Amino acid sequence: MSTVEKVGAGAGTYVDQRLGSNRFLKRSLSKVFPDHWSFMLGEIALYSFIVILLTGTYLTLFYKPSMVEVIYQGSYVPLKGIAMSEAYASSLDISFDVRGGLLLRQMHHWAALIFVAAVSVHLLRIFFTGAFRKPREFNWIIGVVLLTLALGAGFSGYSLPDDLLSGTGLQIARGIVQAIPIIGTWGAFLLFGGQFPGDDFISRIYSVHILLIPGLILALVTVHLMMVWVQKHTQFPGPGRTNNNVVGYPLMPVYMAKAGGFFFIVFGIIALLGGLVSINPIWIFGPYTPDQVSAGSQPDWYIGWLDGMLRTMPNWETAVGGITISWNVFIPAVVLPGLIFTAMALYPFLEAWVTGDKREHHLLDRPRNAPVRTAIGVMSLTFYMLLWIGGANDIIATTFDLSINAITWFLRVALFVLPPLAFVFTKRVCLGLQRKDRDKLLHGYESGRILRLPHGEFVEVHEPLDVKERAIIESRLMTDHAPLPMPASVDAAGVANKHYRVKRLQAKLSRVWYADQIPAPTMAEIEEGQHHAAHGALSEAPLHAHADALENVPFHGGVLHTPGEEKTNQEQLNDRGGHL
Amino acid sequence: MTDVNTHEHSDHPVTSGRLPVADVPHKPRRTDVDPKAARRAERQVAGMFTLSVLFVILFVVAYVAIPKDANVYIPVLGLVGAMNLALGVTMGAAVFLIGAGAIQWAKKLMPDVEVVQERHELASEPADTAEAVDQYERGKEESGFAGYKIIRRSLLGALALFPIPLIVLLRDLWVQPTDTPNPQAELETTIWRKGSRIVVDGSYAPVKASDLPVGGLISAVPENMMEVQEEEHTLNARGKAAILVVRMQPDEIRSQQGENWDYQGILAYSKICTHVGCPISLYEQRTHHLLCPCHQSTFDLADSGNVIFGPAARRMPQLPIGVDEEGYLVALADFAEPVGPSFWERG
Ligand code: HEM
Ligand code: FES
Repeated sequence: MSTVEKVGAGAGTYVDQRLGSNRFLKRSLSKVFPDHWSFMLGEIALYSFIVILLTGTYLTLFYKPSMVEVIYQGSYVPLKGIAMSEAYASSLDISFDVRGGLLLRQMHHWAALIFVAAVSVHLLRIFFTGAFRKPREFNWIIGVVLLTLALGAGFSGYSLPDDLLSGTGLQIARGIVQAIPIIGTWGAFLLFGGQFPGDDFISRIYSVHILLIPGLILALVTVHLMMVWVQKHTQFPGPGRTNNNVVGYPLMPVYMAKAGGFFFIVFGIIALLGGLVSINPIWIFGPYTPDQVSAGSQPDWYIGWLDGMLRTMPNWETAVGGITISWNVFIPAVVLPGLIFTAMALYPFLEAWVTGDKREHHLLDRPRNAPVRTAIGVMSLTFYMLLWIGGANDIIATTFDLSINAITWFLRVALFVLPPLAFVFTKRVCLGLQRKDRDKLLHGYESGRILRLPHGEFVEVHEPLDVKERAIIESRLMTDHAPLPMPASVDAAGVANKHYRVKRLQAKLSRVWYADQIPAPTMAEIEEGQHHAAHGALSEAPLHAHADALENVPFHGGVLHTPGEEKTNQEQLNDRGGHL
Repeated sequence: MTDVNTHEHSDHPVTSGRLPVADVPHKPRRTDVDPKAARRAERQVAGMFTLSVLFVILFVVAYVAIPKDANVYIPVLGLVGAMNLALGVTMGAAVFLIGAGAIQWAKKLMPDVEVVQERHELASEPADTAEAVDQYERGKEESGFAGYKIIRRSLLGALALFPIPLIVLLRDLWVQPTDTPNPQAELETTIWRKGSRIVVDGSYAPVKASDLPVGGLISAVPENMMEVQEEEHTLNARGKAAILVVRMQPDEIRSQQGENWDYQGILAYSKICTHVGCPISLYEQRTHHLLCPCHQSTFDLADSGNVIFGPAARRMPQLPIGVDEEGYLVALADFAEPVGPSFWERG
């Protein structure tokens, strides 16, 4: 033992005697984490958040959240002698007079963009692989809240420098608050301490930006990670991977080195971006004044879809009996985002209700095996992308020399037409992939080698799948689930079923959910198919070295597949009278 | 260290308390079988960590040595601040290399055998649940929560109401001026008055009708803008009073919001978009269209400022104007309707 290790062990004992921490370490150091590139998305979010906290703390040392008017005397010549808020002047000082200040500002901004992007893509990964299913619904909800907070953090930060661009964003935000029925006007006056722009808002949004939102994010991220820890990470299907185990690398040393190393990589890349790529050059825009605007002003990327909604909404407003309701602002900026985030938060529960699937899921779905979910996801993404195009309609119009009116009208129609088309298309693609999987299981894969048979016919040689691919495709057998049975309107005793309508709706939706699924072959069929392919390929090599690994294809949760029983899930379900 | 990591575990999956994955054949890496390759990986990792130290030193040197205002020309990037570039690159490289070294170490020299751990059911054992329920019932019993109905109800009442002070305290987020009955009163007026001269924003010079050619456009404010701003220490007045003044041929004006609110073809409109309040200044003189840069609402200034496209629902308010005895443009009154975005009480 080296001296360092001795000191470490001493400290460990000291702490253990007070907290019993070694019991925790014993279990934790060997904890297994599955490996997959897409599991790094959440890590990127976490690490960029840490960079945000670090750089943000430095910025607070130099930034002055005040709207008091000062005359700029710093070293950026074009703005010298100009009246501006202290907030803007201090942001300029950070950029030009604090050594490394610009680096911190740019790192903070880059980290923020990466943070929101990583959170968003992470969410997509969770969605498309079904990682939100039981038992991880809470973490999904926390994730949706985190995404909302991330948008709030970004927007509030964008407002702090008090340059022309950020002030325009605030003006729009104020207009949106004012459009909320009944409480809007008062809400706007309370938030801004009076009229726009007033002299309170920067200091108020400052405490929201550096205390309230980061505090909430930090607390939620902690809970989020604790839940991942307790529930253990999900894994993609593969050889030896079942719903009841975790296959991967132990925390100590491999995962620790990889994850720890990855933190430094993310940090390093953000620092390089901060040094090399300019972001939000606030000195170009000049100080904020409510009667000027820079043309072509664009928000950060993650606000684009909201802006797109504002732009494509028809101009409806109702003025009756002394009140005005601005549907044109209230619906796209408040109602729809509210509905979208609520629907997102509730999605796991809706899906579980429709599928009637109450099993725990630790093995991830391949998107093709849940065609309706995947189609819903692509449909939503299409909607989002269209709104995003809407948010950039002026740029698109000038770049491609199109009329803004034409783009807007196109979007008004496309928003209703293209997402359903995307749904249908995606579902088809998924089913096609399922069919391909089935063929591979039944006949092996097409090797591309052409064989000429003695009687002159040409055939393509099929080869058995390798262990890994076969395990991945076969994973579907473990997760398939039958649609819910139709309820009876009266039970055996002739008593009317009170929940009949609801149950019937549920069963119908469940049928829609599972409709068109390409049935997976049974274990016996697969075995035969692969065996056949092996012969066809003129190779006698046994497929599975471990015969027992095959016998024990574990089934979890719903208990459909029992070793040795060569029946499809549906058959077994029927045997059991439709009860799981 | 190298030996322990490369040879002890490489071919036998690790088993202590965990199971190896039976099905996957493990292919040894070069570093597992070739001590030279392992030695090379060891040197790479150590090299990266050492380089990181070097970059930290370079960072400090750059911080001290480079003047704040020095610029350098870098192909692709253009002319950039030398300090920012040097600090970013050295710090980025220093940190990145630590990460790259650690990952190289993990990939090349640490065991790459996947191991298995069993999951355990998350739900508690029925016995544990039963015990928890018992404890709860006992607590309920002992506290008398179920029995003392009045205590229970009054407690719930108290808990429901105690946050009220916290909400009440938010009322003075807006310290309401004594002469302002409600928020809408502040939104409904601007500092334009009968006789206020129209001055050019920026130079604050008054405008003679003859100064403005047909097709011309100026951004303007009332003459007392600066005084009000200095007195109030805010930009609030400016946010409502900013106007655009345009001139067209009198016969091009198809309609306006009041009779003779123009002066010889000169029209004044609020500059604040009725959608959500962006200031507008994109004016196409041929069509008399005013385009908002934020969400592209388009207004026709020759036709009462009506909306012809986009998400804005209301026309741009018009300011009635005339000239004073010296021939300068003046407002004839304040706006007849509130400027800027809609609000509930607007009517
Ligand atoms: C939680 C996620 C956060 C996000 C997404 C975020 C995002 C942003 C953005 C986009 C800006 C504008 C930066 C610019 O270009 O100048 C900003 C500014 C700022 N942020 Fe954050 N931020 C976060 C957390 C924090 C934290 C935790 C702190 C402090 C402890 C902080 C302190 C600041 C300060 C002082 C500024 C103003 C800097 C300036 O104007 O020069 N931020 N933030
Ligand atoms: S603010 Fe003018 S169109 Fe939205």
